[in-house]
Amino acid sequence: MANHTATTADAPHFWETEPHHHEAGSSTMLGFWLYLMSDCLIFAMLFAGWGVYGQSAAGGPTAPELFDLKLVALNTAMLLFSSITYGFAMIAAQEDNKRATLGWLAVTGLFGAAFLGIEMYEFAHLIHEGAGPQRSAFLSSFFALVGTHGLHVFFGMIWLTVLMVQVAKKGLIAANTRRLACLSLFWHFLDVVWIGVFTFVYLLGSMQ
Amino acid sequence: MSHDAHAAHDGHHGEGGAAHATRKGYVTGFLLSVVLTAIPFGLVMGGVIDDMRITAGIVMALAIVQIVVHMIYFLHMDTKSEGGWTLMALIFTAVIVVITIAGSLWVMVNMNRYMMPPMPPASAAAPMSDMSGM
Repeated sequence: MANHTATTADAPHFWETEPHHHEAGSSTMLGFWLYLMSDCLIFAMLFAGWGVYGQSAAGGPTAPELFDLKLVALNTAMLLFSSITYGFAMIAAQEDNKRATLGWLAVTGLFGAAFLGIEMYEFAHLIHEGAGPQRSAFLSSFFALVGTHGLHVFFGMIWLTVLMVQVAKKGLIAANTRRLACLSLFWHFLDVVWIGVFTFVYLLGSMQ
Repeated sequence: MSHDAHAAHDGHHGEGGAAHATRKGYVTGFLLSVVLTAIPFGLVMGGVIDDMRITAGIVMALAIVQIVVHMIYFLHMDTKSEGGWTLMALIFTAVIVVITIAGSLWVMVNMNRYMMPPMPPASAAAPMSDMSGM
């Protein structure tokens, strides 16, 4: 009899009779990570486009003539600073310090705005010189890739602003720390994409 | 108080949540990133190495190192987060990205070589025979 019960307990389970009890938002981080990976594929295609068309200037201005590496270095610094200030915001949130979290988020937003401002200036300058996206395949792929990254940063800024309002109103509740963690992944992911942009587009492009 | 908060967070980590972020980790990652960004910009802007191919190789290698640094220190990637599923997704994505980029470059460079419109008349026969072999 004892032997019989032991075998029933050891028998393999083919389905679960008990319903799963997921904590609210327990799968959010994995889901958001999967979104970022799909976003990664969008950038992969844009990088492939740049790789194919990056030298097809159609007799127009080429990458070494157009790129201002000092400006790009400044832009890179802005994004890198915004990454570490976001990290400090996350640490402040872990320490349950609402005031410091909001402060660091505001600093991150300022660096992000500086990045976008410099990029807008660069784009406006290029278009003014007659080197707009319609000039050549090289410039089309350049504006598509760098513009898509810039658009991501822009939406990240909107998210950051909304999140600051939410934290200010409701404090560092579980839902808000989860949102902060998602934006953290998004923001640092954009920084990783930017490493690819400044390496393959600007540095290698200006060495052609 | 802070100890309690820490213990609560550790409990969350045990469920497979995000890794614990530390000030030291962020500062380490930031300093490494600054160095790994400054070197390639310095090499290209200063024209330190005469051979372009060596410079390009170093710049690309440093970019890969910096991406890994960001993954570890900023995105807190490790083999245990979410029970290893984030790493699996990352590896899968990396494979697709490599296939997309390397495949596109491979195909398009060949297309450019064999099918560019301004073809000198004298050598027009050679590319044609190449194409029949494709």
